Amino acid sequence: MTAIPSAALVPAPRRRGLGAWARNPWRKPRILLGITLLYVGWSLLPVLIAVLFSFNDGKSRTVWQGFSTRWYYGDPLRSVWHDPTLHSAVVHTLWLGLLATVITIPLGVAMALGLDRWRGRIPAGANFFVLVSFVLPEILLAVALLFVATVLQTPLHLGTVGQVIGLVTYQLSYPVVIVRSRLLTIGKHYEEAAIDLGASPMGAVRRVLLKMLLPAIFASTVLVFADVIDDFVIVRYLSGGSSTEPVSVKIYNTARAAPTPALNALATVLLVSSLLVVLLGFVAYRRFTRGERRSIDVFAGET
Amino acid sequence: MPDASARTGRRLWPLLALPGTVWLLVLFVAPLYVVLAVLFGGVDPILRQPVPVWNPVRWDFSQFRYVLEHIVGPDGFFGPALVRTTVYVVVASAVCLLVAYPVAYYTARFAGRYRGLLLTLLIAPFWISYMMRMLAWVNLLQNDGLVNRVISLGGLLPAAHVNWLNGQPVTVVLGLVYGYVPYMVLPLFAGLDRIPGAVQEAARDLGAGRFETFRRVTWPMSRQAVVVSLLVTTLPMLGDYYTNDMLSASPQTSMVGNLINNSVLTPGQTGQAGAFVMLVLLVSVLPMLLYVRASRTGVEVES
Repeated sequence: MTAIPSAALVPAPRRRGLGAWARNPWRKPRILLGITLLYVGWSLLPVLIAVLFSFNDGKSRTVWQGFSTRWYYGDPLRSVWHDPTLHSAVVHTLWLGLLATVITIPLGVAMALGLDRWRGRIPAGANFFVLVSFVLPEILLAVALLFVATVLQTPLHLGTVGQVIGLVTYQLSYPVVIVRSRLLTIGKHYEEAAIDLGASPMGAVRRVLLKMLLPAIFASTVLVFADVIDDFVIVRYLSGGSSTEPVSVKIYNTARAAPTPALNALATVLLVSSLLVVLLGFVAYRRFTRGERRSIDVFAGET
Repeated sequence: MPDASARTGRRLWPLLALPGTVWLLVLFVAPLYVVLAVLFGGVDPILRQPVPVWNPVRWDFSQFRYVLEHIVGPDGFFGPALVRTTVYVVVASAVCLLVAYPVAYYTARFAGRYRGLLLTLLIAPFWISYMMRMLAWVNLLQNDGLVNRVISLGGLLPAAHVNWLNGQPVTVVLGLVYGYVPYMVLPLFAGLDRIPGAVQEAARDLGAGRFETFRRVTWPMSRQAVVVSLLVTTLPMLGDYYTNDMLSASPQTSMVGNLINNSVLTPGQTGQAGAFVMLVLLVSVLPMLLYVRASRTGVEVES
């Protein structure tokens, strides 16, 4: 049904020309191709130019003055490597990414499993809150947690602890949504079969469901980590001073105050680490799903 | 034996869902009550610190009234920002949809063997920090930046210089579009990809033109994806203040997010921040509730 049209239904105009092209009702929509290409260029070129200028030899972020790595390493005072504030921003960002991901993923996966199989009003309510936290403007949660940290005496302090708690709260919905959509395609019969064959419910979850969910868990890990190291609103409000300011906050604070290309270099370092994580994740994901033929998924008839 | 394991199974799901649910209750729902307590609480007269009032019976509405009174009327200095937020967000969402729909449509239907590559390019902005993407535009839009050099033909037309970064509504709206359009492309792609191509070809075979096919087949079938993609872009835009700060930094373009950000950091004005947080919360939870209700009845109709 898909291949027939152009050849069979149109009396194939042999002569070329604009008129024939315009009359062909099955021509490819070139305008859409044009819009798509323009969009991709527009969405990525500005960032590529910013990356390019992080290698600028001079102080300008708009006039090219030759290639150098001085803003990464060479400059003894203001390069990312030597300026302690920039250096610590990178370290703190990656540290937050690690901590928040390590807490979010187990919490979210368990919650996804529980909410998916538990029927009733409580899980329905919890599910609604997950959805709300998924699309709610981040600033609302950030302000609420800032108030908790400033007007209440709780373990939620400004600084790394507050930032990690805020990030976990905000990111929790990602693994829940991703894992649940995967659970939907898996269905219930595998764990029922495992229980029929003598496994305990917990054993069925651990040895059957978790194995089948591995790709989804992995995907959400990569997503959460990459999202956390790019976070801005929560980490800014819950930072306890300049020592716990991550890269995004540094960019925000200095972008309009005559910065040097070191700021571009800082952003590029973060961009590269983000892309590295995603790339590693993608390669590993391919490995998971390549083994899928031999694994349990084959029985589900999914490829 | 199966009875016993079924019973533990029934207990297992709530147990798995519990930690995440408790986390969301304590760190997402309860903090929103703290915002209410601060909003309807008092302000310490000397320290200018918020004094929360926990008992709803003793709530003091003076801070809330102050905000309401200054939205409309002669002293309505909050009003313009709220109007601006509505206009900017509506225009930016509309432009996002105009850009994202053709791109998602092309990728889903016509990309052919470049589909994987194109998808990767569409996802790429996700892995680039929002702040870096804004920084890229700050670089380009500076007075001596690339954009001005292009429109003044390399300095030949000095009059064509535009101060893009000093309170231009156009810059802010385009910044919002640039920032949020990737979040719209992906759900739209997912929705459009689910429409079987055969349906559209059938419409064409039965004599409908391109436009007619789009209006009567493609658009109705993609309406749910459009709603979802609008939700996930429009709602986060409501809380945005950083796009504005990065690309304009002028009170002439400030939005409700800027009102929150400016008052939350000013001693004695935390209650105002609370009022705006509640306002944005109401505006964004209502469409969520409607959507959840609509999708639930949709499922019932299907089954």
